Amino acid sequence: MVQLSSTLLYVAFVLYLVATLFFGGAIRVKKKEGVDRWATIGIFVTIVGFIAQLGYFITRWIAAGHAPVSNLFEFTTFFGMMIVGAFIVIYFIYKTSLLGLFTLPIAILVIAYASMFPREISPLIPALQSHWLHIHVITAAAGEAILAISFAAGLIYLIRVVDQSKPSKRTFWLEFVLFFLISTLGFVIVTTSFRVAGYEATFEWIDKNGKQDEMVYHMPALVGPHEGVLKTEERMKPLVDMPAIINARKLNTVIWSLFSGLALYGLLRLLLRKRIAAALQPLVKNVNLDLVDEIGYRSVAIGFPVFTLGALIFAMIWAQIAWTRFWGWDPKEVWALITWLFYAAFLHLRLSKGWHGERSAWLAVIGFAIIMFNLVAVNLVIAGLHSYAGS
Amino acid sequence: MEQVKCECGHVNPIGTVLCEACGKPLEEVPALLDMRYEGSARRSQTYNKTIIDKIWNFFSSVKVGVWLIVITLVASAIGTIYPQQMYIPPTVSPAEYYEQQYGLLGKWYYALGFHDLYSSWWYMLLIALIGVSLVICSLDRVVPLYRALNNQRVTRNEQFLQRQRLFSRAKVKHDETAFRNVVDKLTKRGYRVREENGNILAEKGRFSRWGPYVNHIGLIIFLIGAMLRFVPGMYVDESMWIREGEIKEIPGTNGKYFLENKKFIFEVYEKEKEKEAFQAAIDRVGSGMMAKNYQTDVVLYERVGPVVAGEEPKLKKIKSFSIRVNEPLKHDHYALYQVDFKLDELKSMSFHFTDKETNKSFGTITVDLIQPEKEYDLGNGYKVQLLSYFPDFYFDENGNPNTRSKVPNNPAFVFKMFAPDRPKGEVSFTAIRQTIEPLGNNKYKMAFANIETRNVSALTVRRDFTLWILGVGGAIFMIGLIQGMYWNHRRVWIRRMNDEVLVAAHTNKNWFGLKKELEGIFKDTPFVMPIDQADKRS
Repeated sequence: MVQLSSTLLYVAFVLYLVATLFFGGAIRVKKKEGVDRWATIGIFVTIVGFIAQLGYFITRWIAAGHAPVSNLFEFTTFFGMMIVGAFIVIYFIYKTSLLGLFTLPIAILVIAYASMFPREISPLIPALQSHWLHIHVITAAAGEAILAISFAAGLIYLIRVVDQSKPSKRTFWLEFVLFFLISTLGFVIVTTSFRVAGYEATFEWIDKNGKQDEMVYHMPALVGPHEGVLKTEERMKPLVDMPAIINARKLNTVIWSLFSGLALYGLLRLLLRKRIAAALQPLVKNVNLDLVDEIGYRSVAIGFPVFTLGALIFAMIWAQIAWTRFWGWDPKEVWALITWLFYAAFLHLRLSKGWHGERSAWLAVIGFAIIMFNLVAVNLVIAGLHSYAGS
Repeated sequence: MEQVKCECGHVNPIGTVLCEACGKPLEEVPALLDMRYEGSARRSQTYNKTIIDKIWNFFSSVKVGVWLIVITLVASAIGTIYPQQMYIPPTVSPAEYYEQQYGLLGKWYYALGFHDLYSSWWYMLLIALIGVSLVICSLDRVVPLYRALNNQRVTRNEQFLQRQRLFSRAKVKHDETAFRNVVDKLTKRGYRVREENGNILAEKGRFSRWGPYVNHIGLIIFLIGAMLRFVPGMYVDESMWIREGEIKEIPGTNGKYFLENKKFIFEVYEKEKEKEAFQAAIDRVGSGMMAKNYQTDVVLYERVGPVVAGEEPKLKKIKSFSIRVNEPLKHDHYALYQVDFKLDELKSMSFHFTDKETNKSFGTITVDLIQPEKEYDLGNGYKVQLLSYFPDFYFDENGNPNTRSKVPNNPAFVFKMFAPDRPKGEVSFTAIRQTIEPLGNNKYKMAFANIETRNVSALTVRRDFTLWILGVGGAIFMIGLIQGMYWNHRRVWIRRMNDEVLVAAHTNKNWFGLKKELEGIFKDTPFVMPIDQADKRS
């Protein structure tokens, strides 16, 4: 069952890649009367991939006896699946194949990122032994995934409207967003490469309480732990040691991801000889801007209530049962509140101040950045009650 | 109150932009009408003289509301940079802790009060201002909006129609069957169709316009509920440590309820006992390293009869229950939660009354470490007096034995041993792994024999009468949100003017959906599908 589950996830991953190619092919097809065959195949493959991932989810649920949403790998994978699910729903409302070309790669990146974390099926600690685990996490992930669609729509909008003829703040920040997506890819490539190579370097170091401890790196150490002494032979010596309060291994991973992201980005720029967004612009030149704007807005309109229900209301009910209080200002709780406040501001700006189009698109991008911050940084950096199963 | 009369005869309150009845613009308006609040007369847009007007206008601005949200958002984020005071170890002083752990930044963080940000006066003030903004924003809009929607007429002014975003004008011959066909199609799609002199107003989903106000009411109720927790009696939050075998009054219940701890159970995931699927995960963290269950088996009692000082309470058993994480014991609005535990606290220690030379024992005493007795009689003239007892023994700054707490972490005793040949008794100071004979060499000693331990469980006691208010607020908020987000208010106007037919349509959101719907309605009819005039601009 466990093996079957992993295989299904792999199949889903590959199918999403294939579907992306078909959605890419759909762009060159002129909008004529009748159906666009590339897009039809694309959405078909996407649905098959989604069913495969649903199979992964169900088989893993059966194997574990609880819904596979209990650690970072499981949650993030599920988040990726919900992005695809939300895309399928939105696709059938608006029939824009271009959205697939942008949403599926985001989902693929999310799932690839997820699989860099421990993937074993783990039993549940007492705090997680509740049906609210399923109810809360599944609804919250669904809400975030629907909101993520607005990011994809926002990105399409920005790539289309930001003037690439001369450098500006807008071109810079758009490149910045794309650079982050590329860095995620960099993280996946670097982690996988060193994992395949079986890289391991052990350090003895002194933690902030002055105690000696051991730390194992799975990537060459650019930054070493506090007063770290390399114990493994023939491994790279760190360029600089970190103070004790910084988790040097995580910082090292971040540096590697950013460097590899920079390298990939630089390489792309060299090959394309223009900004990435400028290179992507021809893909979106035929897009109906009003429609993309509307898709972005509607995904927020649909996703916001779901997010509120899952990430705040169900979360509070469960917190009251498991932690004795419905609200405790745990970082994850606070960041859920921040996300909620942000989208509330988004809706007010849009409805009352008329922030449509490009402004709305930028806001969608920032909103997604907040969601990702809550997913990545709050779990791995700001450890609180929610910091389950980091690396 | 001043009023404005429209040419259609309807009397509007002053400040009205579009006549409530016919929609005719009463002021200068852009080419495409701003339909956000139906052009109704909002107090904040009309009056700006008195100080009350100014305050009202300030809080009724969405811009101010958004700023309040953004400031709260940023403040909340700052509070997550370092752990809040409630999450740092309770034994350390926060002033030192933040500086030690986080250096200079930590020092400033503490100095600025960010270590307790969410209960700071200014954070509370921000939330309160958001509350005020919610009320005033809503009132400023909902009343005139209600008036405008209630007073709208079927026949609308030409100006109003041609300045709608979706509009068409065409010469169409009157054809009663086609007209009925359109009315039927509209009705089938859920529109409520009103007719007047051959003109149509088709409307659906008006209730979605109230969504924002409903959800704001929910939020207000929620905030009131959150405030009520500061009212005495609404909220109990106590904690209790209870040892196995102990019966204790539950704090916060005013002596009404008692709890007995039958047993505390702590379980871990062990490799051999778990199923195949979990093996890899258990291997990674180590077998026995991951908690599986924290559980206290308890009996709940209620006191019967009045409270008499100095008398043992009479107790009536109410129920047995196993309190686990995620499964609190609930009774009479109280809830008891499993929150902490201590394994193997010392319960009692036994000693042999021993002759130091022959090692012969003359009996064994067992000292209860919570309630030790003063004297232990072993018979045959052998007895032991307990002169002093230090449950958590240490030497204080003067070199005297003392105790840190009442918890038997490190018990020490001063025994006086009586034997037939030592009628005056010998004094011995006995602690773990050490014996001191302060008055010279003794013949006898208290030789350590055995210890007994038991587990202690920590429970949190809660009673929160605000929860149902929060629940009601949350539910109303969700209803309002769904009402406003998942439905939209659509209207279609058809007006015949001489030989022309004017068609206009409006929705508060989801224009794409409206256009698709209209295409379906006007297909195969003589009426002309309205054109999106917003497209023309760009």
